Amino acid sequence: MMVSQRVVAAVLMLTAAFGPVVAAQDAESKEDPIQSFFDKLDTEYHGFYEVRSGYRLQNDRNEKDMSIMEARYQFDLFSMRDWGDIKVKGDVYGDGVEEKGVFDLREANLFARPTDSMDVKVGRQVLTWGTGDMIFINDLFPKDWQSFFIGRDVEYLKAPSDAAKVSLFMDWANLDIAYTPEFDSDRFISGERISYWHPNQQMAAGEDNTLSIERRREFFEEDETALRLYKNVNNYELAVYGYWGYWKSPAGFNQAGTDAIFPELYVYGASARGNVGKGIGNAEIGYYDSVDDRCGDDPLINNSELRYLIGYTQEIGRDFTAGLQYYVEQMLDYRDYENNQPTGMPKRDEFRHLTTLRLTKLLMNQNLRLSLFTYYSPSDEDVYLRPIANYKASDNLSVEVGSNIFFGDEPYTFFGQFEDNTNAYLAVRYSF
Amino acid sequence: MLPKTNTIYLLLALVCGFVVTSAVRGAEGGDIPDVQTIVTKANIVAYYQGDDGKANVKMTITDKRGQQRNREFIILRKDVADGGDQKYFVYFQRPSDVRRMTYMVHKHAAIDKDDDRWLYMPAIDRVNRIAAGDKRTSFVGSDFLYEDVSGRSLDEDTHELTSTTDTQFIVKNTPKKPDTVEFSYFTVAIDRKKYVPVKMEFFDKEGKLYRTIESQKVETIQEFPTVTKSVVQDLKTGSKTEMEFTEVQYNINIGDVFEERYLRRPPREAMR
Repeated sequence: MMVSQRVVAAVLMLTAAFGPVVAAQDAESKEDPIQSFFDKLDTEYHGFYEVRSGYRLQNDRNEKDMSIMEARYQFDLFSMRDWGDIKVKGDVYGDGVEEKGVFDLREANLFARPTDSMDVKVGRQVLTWGTGDMIFINDLFPKDWQSFFIGRDVEYLKAPSDAAKVSLFMDWANLDIAYTPEFDSDRFISGERISYWHPNQQMAAGEDNTLSIERRREFFEEDETALRLYKNVNNYELAVYGYWGYWKSPAGFNQAGTDAIFPELYVYGASARGNVGKGIGNAEIGYYDSVDDRCGDDPLINNSELRYLIGYTQEIGRDFTAGLQYYVEQMLDYRDYENNQPTGMPKRDEFRHLTTLRLTKLLMNQNLRLSLFTYYSPSDEDVYLRPIANYKASDNLSVEVGSNIFFGDEPYTFFGQFEDNTNAYLAVRYSF
Repeated sequence: MLPKTNTIYLLLALVCGFVVTSAVRGAEGGDIPDVQTIVTKANIVAYYQGDDGKANVKMTITDKRGQQRNREFIILRKDVADGGDQKYFVYFQRPSDVRRMTYMVHKHAAIDKDDDRWLYMPAIDRVNRIAAGDKRTSFVGSDFLYEDVSGRSLDEDTHELTSTTDTQFIVKNTPKKPDTVEFSYFTVAIDRKKYVPVKMEFFDKEGKLYRTIESQKVETIQEFPTVTKSVVQDLKTGSKTEMEFTEVQYNINIGDVFEERYLRRPPREAMR
């Protein structure tokens, strides 16, 4: 079985590795049979081939040295019809770390504008709202933290939802309603690729000790509803949000203490964004109502929280921008949490402070992009750095090197627990 | 390439940028208006033609080694008030890594008010707000600067009519704040009848010519003379960029589409 998986992976890698060459020749001759097939169907066909390889920069006794090793093909089909649009986008990749072939359907949806004041999008789709830069308060759509930390393209931080989104546009405000009939959790860290601090074993764990999960799979029963009511006032974008669903990553344990669970969660929030001085300012707040532990005295389930964010972005030089954010998570009913936490367990702080800094510089006619995104928590005393250099050798070919660097004083803090996962990667992508 | 695109201005160039109405017929025969009248007229005529417009834009960037890069996008432009604010919409088609990204600008005529800019990235469904930037930076990695395509505010320079030929006015423009720009002055040759800027020449701090922008093709579209091909040459780097406009249309009655709804999903007319 393992052998056949390796064969599959090898074939996929070869396909992806040689795909660009084939595609390049096709582009030259302009006689690409696949392209002309989709042209006949009045469908735009695009995508890319990519090879991405990365290693841990230190030994991690719970994981392989190889942090990422994949050959990927993404297709992106889009067609405009009289009644609306069809979009299908998917990735096929050979994963050399897990030694398997994977098909990941990223989008498969229908979009229509049935009336002047309504948009509808139904199907698998990527959903985003809110004002944070890589910090999410009112965006409770699924994230893929594993892809983010192992060095996949940032596109993969957003995992798709199987949802219906209805948008209503009225004079006094606009309303988005996103309904997900079956809970879509984050693709959270569970040890498969990234070693982590096992919350109830209180030790570092990895691929041989993955987090055991109690999933929610009741269609129409365990569903999610997210709302955004927003209005642009003199180009200040104001919004209020509501969410009725579940913690997106495990936020508690079952009574036996064996499986991590997704307790019920309601979120209410607001945000504003607009020009401030020479740059863009944003502010966002959210109240996380942990429905299953409203008193805060259940040690197995996360307490309710308040989350606050302010941010500011400005151009500080030619083709050089800087963005700063300050974010706070405040645990509510902290006294009850403290009193009910088993002795010997490390306690969370009442306030988790987090700052981020983004620096982006474009060079060589904007073909070379150097960027650094930094998370630093003064309360957890941990850091996550994301330096990336991306060079566009041509309109089709790009090369990227990057790193995910974690360090912290304690083995159980949010970023500190990932210290041994610090990695560097190289990617080559051919887009068509 | 585009993450921070000030593409908005591009629109200007495209749709309204180098358009001149037949209504403007200044200098005929010996009547030579004063320079302020020439530049004011040319500016107003150039940037606020029709109520709205649309065009397909193709850019070809060729570096000194002959390597080419291409940019293709569709631009929509709508005037809020003649001579005042404008709104732009840019829908990228090439290269493929920026395909289907949309860029929207609310341009403010007041010199002390920054434009509002947004960029939508469909792969992550994110609406980004773009901070105001230096307008003398490259537009989408080309040899055109944002300011070339948007037009430079007349208040930034002093203007001098240095010569008048049978067909052209030659205007010399000297920056009031020389330390904010890389040139010492630039000249513009303006067609006397149509007020089309035919050629711009930029001179560096040593007074040496280093950059030119030429209108290579002018067509009359819906009675509006329109520059449909312009070329910028950077004499220092040996690089050049051609910008061609096709399917130019004016007064197509674009609705109020310059908002988040259409940024996330552009109006049909912006997508083909």
